[in-house]
Amino acid sequence: MNFALSDEQEFLREAARDALGRVATLAAARDALEDPAAILDLWPVAVKAGWPGLLISEPAGGAGLGTFDALLVAERLGAVLARVPFIGLMPATALLDRAAHPCLEAVATGERRPVFVPARPPVSGAESWTVEDGHGRSAPAPRVIRSGAHPRLDGQAAYVIDAPDADLLVVAATDATGSPVAAVVDAMQVQPVAAYDASRSVGHVTFDNVPAELLDVDSAELTDAWYLVQALIAAEAVGTVEAALGVSVSYAKDRYAFGRAIGSYQAVKHEIVEVLRRLENARALQFYAGWARDSRPAEFPLAASAARSVAGNALDFAARAMINVHGGIGATWEHDAPLVFRRAQLTRRLAGGHADATYRVGQAVLHNPRLVTAA
Amino acid sequence: MDLDDTPDQAAWRTEVRQWLARHQSDAPPARGDFEDPAYVEVRRSWQRSLTEAGLVGVTWPEEHGGRGRGPVDQVIINQEMARAGVPGHLDVIGIGLMGPCIIAHGSDEQRARYLAPMLHGDEVWCQLFSEPAAGSDLAGVQTRAVEQADGSWRLTGQKVWTTSAQFAAFGMCLARTDPDAVKHQGLTMFIVPMDAPGITVRGLRQISGEAEFNEVFLDDVTVTDDMVVGGVRGGWKAALTVLMFERMMIGAGAETIGFRPDRVATALAAAGADDPRVCHRLGELTAELLAVRYGGFRSLTALSRGQIPGPEAGLAKITTVNALIAAADLVCDTLGPGALTDEEWGYMTSFLPGLKSAGGTEQILRTTIGERVLGLPAEPRVDKGVPFRELRTRQIAEVAA
Ligand SMILES: Cc1cc2nc3c(=O)[nH]c(=O)nc-3n(C[C@H](O)[C@H](O)[C@H](O)COP(=O)(O)OP(=O)(O)OC[C@H]3O[C@@H](n4cnc5c(N)ncnc54)[C@H](O)[C@@H]3O)c2cc1C
Repeated sequence: MNFALSDEQEFLREAARDALGRVATLAAARDALEDPAAILDLWPVAVKAGWPGLLISEPAGGAGLGTFDALLVAERLGAVLARVPFIGLMPATALLDRAAHPCLEAVATGERRPVFVPARPPVSGAESWTVEDGHGRSAPAPRVIRSGAHPRLDGQAAYVIDAPDADLLVVAATDATGSPVAAVVDAMQVQPVAAYDASRSVGHVTFDNVPAELLDVDSAELTDAWYLVQALIAAEAVGTVEAALGVSVSYAKDRYAFGRAIGSYQAVKHEIVEVLRRLENARALQFYAGWARDSRPAEFPLAASAARSVAGNALDFAARAMINVHGGIGATWEHDAPLVFRRAQLTRRLAGGHADATYRVGQAVLHNPRLVTAA
Repeated sequence: MDLDDTPDQAAWRTEVRQWLARHQSDAPPARGDFEDPAYVEVRRSWQRSLTEAGLVGVTWPEEHGGRGRGPVDQVIINQEMARAGVPGHLDVIGIGLMGPCIIAHGSDEQRARYLAPMLHGDEVWCQLFSEPAAGSDLAGVQTRAVEQADGSWRLTGQKVWTTSAQFAAFGMCLARTDPDAVKHQGLTMFIVPMDAPGITVRGLRQISGEAEFNEVFLDDVTVTDDMVVGGVRGGWKAALTVLMFERMMIGAGAETIGFRPDRVATALAAAGADDPRVCHRLGELTAELLAVRYGGFRSLTALSRGQIPGPEAGLAKITTVNALIAAADLVCDTLGPGALTDEEWGYMTSFLPGLKSAGGTEQILRTTIGERVLGLPAEPRVDKGVPFRELRTRQIAEVAA
């Protein structure tokens, strides 16, 4: 048993930190709230770092790395609120790779940007595959129509992470029987959403009976792709929480009130330690999820849902704690705290929301209590 | 990054599993009444069997009766016992805390005398640390140890919340030998035979109605000078070793403190409770417990590489206890008030609130972690550098005013 990073993984994480350290992502996130033109194009950074090909197998031109590695990169992106379409990209490349799709090389070199449009797999037999309708409800996933010579895709999905950055969508859709199928489309309408969090790219997608190419992947692989999205969101949140904690700790050391550093007051100290507690828990589950997808696929849905649930709650808490610790300045645009807060507020409601992940953990253990026993 | 057993660990797991399969039928029930001497006896002989099979104190060095194995091998035992549904060794405090303390701070003679009977369950140990006026502020203990002309020591004072004292053979007792020193410096650790003249043990009934802990009165109890562990005035250092092992033990997960989250899920499923609110609450607490498990693997990896566990182990304790409290609440909410008098759920509900204090209260842990792990500024301390005697006088005056 060895639950630590390898040298290569440490290196990957450091390289990501370095690459992102050269770009003023936080300033861009703030400026972009008022001026969308301020959004930085980080795609060249991602391509130079080799991230698009991370999960693509080596013969197809990728790096052939594992889920654990992808989560480490997501964590670094979260730490600086970098707007890289990573959450959409990774599951898309994983599915394209499973199907040995001819576009893989172009993806690995950064020429093409596929993004995954997730659909929520049913928890019970009574449910179907769904997407968000844009008004807080769920709607049926887009449908593949196979009546003519070529399959076509019809339907829509709201609040799709990274969709505006895509030139190719890998869509979790259903066929006439309601079974999931993966459809690749490049003729789509994406309407970018001016989101609450300018550091995150989100859009509504519409498929108006457009030509689609079906991927040779099965229901299990589409289910896996949903959970990969959950794990990526979790890992990204871990990075954001870690950064928020660092800023809160240093302010608590430097800011004085009543003749003492505010961090010496228990109310402040204990709230910050609560951030640490949640961070440590979230990171443990990030590691579990990263390991499980490649080594214990049967546990991956549980691991990814637990990671999303704990990391999502951690981010909510850390964002509010960061504001509290900073007092007035924490509630102004001058500060980074509102950026973290906006990230937390938007993200907790995307891709099923983190409450759905929590619910799934509960469902999983109710049906198989042994999942929580050691070994 | 790999959670699978190494070939060596897999072989060890097989050995443990096979032994348990052969002897499982001899195991006593995992829960029982520690006030009943017959139950204590069966637990004692079960510990003896485990020890003879080499399954107790595996991380202790071989020269001290252990097997010199790594912490992961101990976890494998815990996992296999949980899987088999059998209890572990009776003397959790001896094996988990006092043995390691004697190994670290004791003399060769003490190791030779006490470790083997401890391992075999022949002599159970208890922890005589807390007092009515010294819990979180443990260095404030007032039990006095006065040196006699012949070099022996005479102990007088009161200890409290002492788990297992009712059947323990020895207690590890933190006492004050020098009241004129600053409080952490005037302490010495003593081994005290629990049958020594002058010792009175009185059971303290807990919320559950059971009396697992006790108050212990020491009234001119004489111990010889070879009972000092870690040297005169070396008591605080020895106590810190015990506290470190205690945090690790309580933070090691729900199963190691005797609760089975899978049984919570089973009970809810049996009650047909799968509405979204139940699922959400179950999901929340399960995710936290899973986090403790995998976080535990991370610290275990560090431990296997020779790193010493820091105060952050206390975070796992906070998470575990709170998640279990949420679990007990959820079961009782779902099953109704009758669950409160159910043997398993009633006990869980009643026992856990106290566990928030045991092994360091949540506030104390958060303060320590904030200061030692995050480097946050310490609280001002009015007791720093003040001789203990003066502190006491001040305190008495303040309370009177
Ligand atoms: C089930 C159980 C078993 C136990 N077994 C043993 C045993 O075998 N041997 C043994 O020696 N002890 C044992 N204990 C005692 C345990 O270690 C103490 O209860 C614990 O250290 C707290 O001390 P206290 O009870 O004196 O509470 P106090 O220290 O008086 O604390 C009271 C309250 O004040 C708070 N507080 C105190 N100081 C501060 C501070 N600086 N900042 C903020 N808040 C503060 C505490 O957090 C707590 O909320 C056991 C306790 C329990 C519940």
